[in-house]
Amino acid sequence: MEGPLLFSVRLSLQVAAVATVLILLVGIPVAYLLARRDFRGRELLDMVFTLPLVLPPTVTGYYLVVLFGRNGLIGRFVHEWTGWSIMFTWYAAVLASFVVALPLMVKTTRAAIESVDKNLIAASYTLGHGEIGTAVQVILPLAKRGILAGTVISFARAMGEFGATLMLAGNLPGRTDTMPIAIYSLAGSGEWSKAHGMVLLMTVLSGLFIYLANRYAKRVI
Amino acid sequence: MGLQVGFQKRVNGFSLDIAWRIGNELAVLFGFSGAGKSLTLQMIAGLMAPDRGSLRLDNVVYFDSSTGTDLPPQRRPFGYLFQDLALFPHMTVWQNILYGGAFLPRQEKESRARELIREFKLAGLEDRYPREISGGQRQRVAFARALIRRPKLLLLDEPFSALDRPIRLEMRQFLRKVRDDFDIPTLLVTHDFEEALSIAERIIVYQEGTIVQIGSPEAVKDSPASRYVAQLVECNPPVQPTRCRLAAPGNCA
Repeated sequence: MEGPLLFSVRLSLQVAAVATVLILLVGIPVAYLLARRDFRGRELLDMVFTLPLVLPPTVTGYYLVVLFGRNGLIGRFVHEWTGWSIMFTWYAAVLASFVVALPLMVKTTRAAIESVDKNLIAASYTLGHGEIGTAVQVILPLAKRGILAGTVISFARAMGEFGATLMLAGNLPGRTDTMPIAIYSLAGSGEWSKAHGMVLLMTVLSGLFIYLANRYAKRVI
Repeated sequence: MGLQVGFQKRVNGFSLDIAWRIGNELAVLFGFSGAGKSLTLQMIAGLMAPDRGSLRLDNVVYFDSSTGTDLPPQRRPFGYLFQDLALFPHMTVWQNILYGGAFLPRQEKESRARELIREFKLAGLEDRYPREISGGQRQRVAFARALIRRPKLLLLDEPFSALDRPIRLEMRQFLRKVRDDFDIPTLLVTHDFEEALSIAERIIVYQEGTIVQIGSPEAVKDSPASRYVAQLVECNPPVQPTRCRLAAPGNCA
């Protein structure tokens, strides 16, 4: 594979890996809250974390630009204080992938946590363990397979992110052109032979991820 | 001294209103399924809050709706045996037992675990998972896990009901021995009068969320307080409690 294409493959993996770490850090606590706590605004929270799954990625990307763009609600302050903006950097690709793939993690993890036998949780409490001890030692280990399945599928989704990434990170060759974006460029300029390899690679990787996720998910039940 | 319980609770159209006290003894909560026995146990353990009432053990208040006292289950030093035992499937026998003593100093925890394993005839099974041992062994692991931190009260929610008869008889003996060794008030929920009769020092009879009789096994057997109790006692073992409940007194078919 040539240099620019290899760059795209590496960038895609890097973006998806960083986004997946963030998704784990945010997704598991959010899924836990949605599964275990009854509070005002729970359904609203669930909706906010599900929306990117349903919205066109361009709409999600639009919101992200409004928030984090150089003149955005948050981005403006960041730019004022640091002179830096996330726009058109590979961090923007991470942010886009994170937001778009997070719902998959939250959904699968929430379902996995909800399927943990309530008696086991009650038993943990009667044995003197509090909420955090019970979550870490009983609930999460028993929801492990669902969490793994969610991680794999989120990684796959993050790697395939296109719409929001294009709006936020743009298409800068050698800087922000992840695989899906590189394929878009190659197809646009008629370089089919170069696109073929990458399309094939994306297909094989995605298939592999689905296989892995199914394997983990099956063992959840 | 002893355990003092007074609970009122409405849940899903069912209404519970009970009050009783026991000393340092083995008491059985007896009645048909759905009479509120397990609900009482859950409220004692703190897994569910009563609407009103109080719970005292040896003059320590664990729940009192009039003062707003409500200790969470993890702060109530009670051992609880669930009907399905609720052993952690992802932990070995050894890990399950240690989990019950997590807040003891490490050395003490491990020496107590070893002691319980020896006493409860679990030696050699330490590294097995719950699904890899027999029903009777699982029972004893659940006991060990609940007892390792020396609870001040032992609660048992029909843990023997799924066992074959010979093992069930063995577990009754076992429970009596545990109760004598640990010397703590012990509450056993059952709808099997034979079990109640063979093991209890005191029987508390439940009927649809109320208490209809409290007394020694002999008293309940020989002078049931009502027709209902007489029927409950006669209709045992209650293979089909629903049909039995509908049957006329003395007719348990």
